Amino acid sequence: MPLPSTMTPIATNTLTSNLASGVITFSNIPQTYTDLVIVAVGQGYTSSSYGNLQVQFNGDTGTNYSSTELKEFAGTASTSRRSTQSYLFATSFLDAGSASLLVGTSIINVMNYANATTYKTTLSRGNLPGFKTELNVGLWRSTAAITSLTLTANDTPINAGASFTLYGIKAA
Amino acid sequence: MANMIPISTVTVGSGGAATIDFTGIPQIYTDLLIKVSTRDNLAYSWGQGYIRFNGSITGYDGRQLYGNGSSVTTATGSGNWGTNYALAGRGTGASTTANTFSNGEIYIPNYGGSYYKSYSYDGTAENNATSAMAEIVGGIWSNTAPITSITLLTPSQTWQQYSTATLYGIRKY
Repeated sequence: MPLPSTMTPIATNTLTSNLASGVITFSNIPQTYTDLVIVAVGQGYTSSSYGNLQVQFNGDTGTNYSSTELKEFAGTASTSRRSTQSYLFATSFLDAGSASLLVGTSIINVMNYANATTYKTTLSRGNLPGFKTELNVGLWRSTAAITSLTLTANDTPINAGASFTLYGIKAA
Repeated sequence: MANMIPISTVTVGSGGAATIDFTGIPQIYTDLLIKVSTRDNLAYSWGQGYIRFNGSITGYDGRQLYGNGSSVTTATGSGNWGTNYALAGRGTGASTTANTFSNGEIYIPNYGGSYYKSYSYDGTAENNATSAMAEIVGGIWSNTAPITSITLLTPSQTWQQYSTATLYGIRKY
């Protein structure tokens, strides 16, 4: 039996040239879905191994974000905590200095984004081939419905070929 | 338009199977997603689960973070895991609770692209005993070829009846 369509692409941005700012914005997000999923595939540019992929919702630059990271890096399991941040740490983001043909993947789930009652939570997975694999949970302390979001890579530019897609997920 | 499309489902029949295979994968999607639930006959607290792309036996690596109920452990690709195939999550095995199968998903972004192919696995192999497994895996196949076939395997073991995997294609347009 065919499955119902529950995962719908809202917007996608594939870079045809290096993005110096490292900033990707999705605005006017429809309020018709249950959850959001962002799939980011690509690489930033420095000689180091990886940087961060950060999220801000609705242009909020206040210290209203926190997150907890569980990761494997260099053969060691560890956890770290970021609280009272001006951005939400989503995942690490692979740098091109690692190897030109390697790309990292970030999958960010934003739950119940359209409600105007509760704070918003995220669950995200980062995969940096050869370096790190991680699981993160995040919180934005705002009851506002999410109508826009900004992804920022702190190692810039983001290299051409990187792809950022926003999906909407509908509950059955 | 539906954008998460079931491409194929494989369910292992009586007698078991050495592999679960998806061949002739259409090149019309952006990403691939495999929902997998397996059990093999490895006599251990959990089973095995590996992945191979295009029949290739080179170029694999991966990193694993898992908890078994009492400790957290990491592992990286080595031996066969780093060469002949890549880790794609542990299933349940012969020593785990009867009738219990693993639950996991494998996400493969940009499977038709010109970069090396990466994937992630999130899953659990539950067991009504002291030890079970919850894990995340990040892996890589260092090959620029488009992925046209995928094999899920349990080396030297057999997938048990009712093990199942469904391959989905995900479109971003």
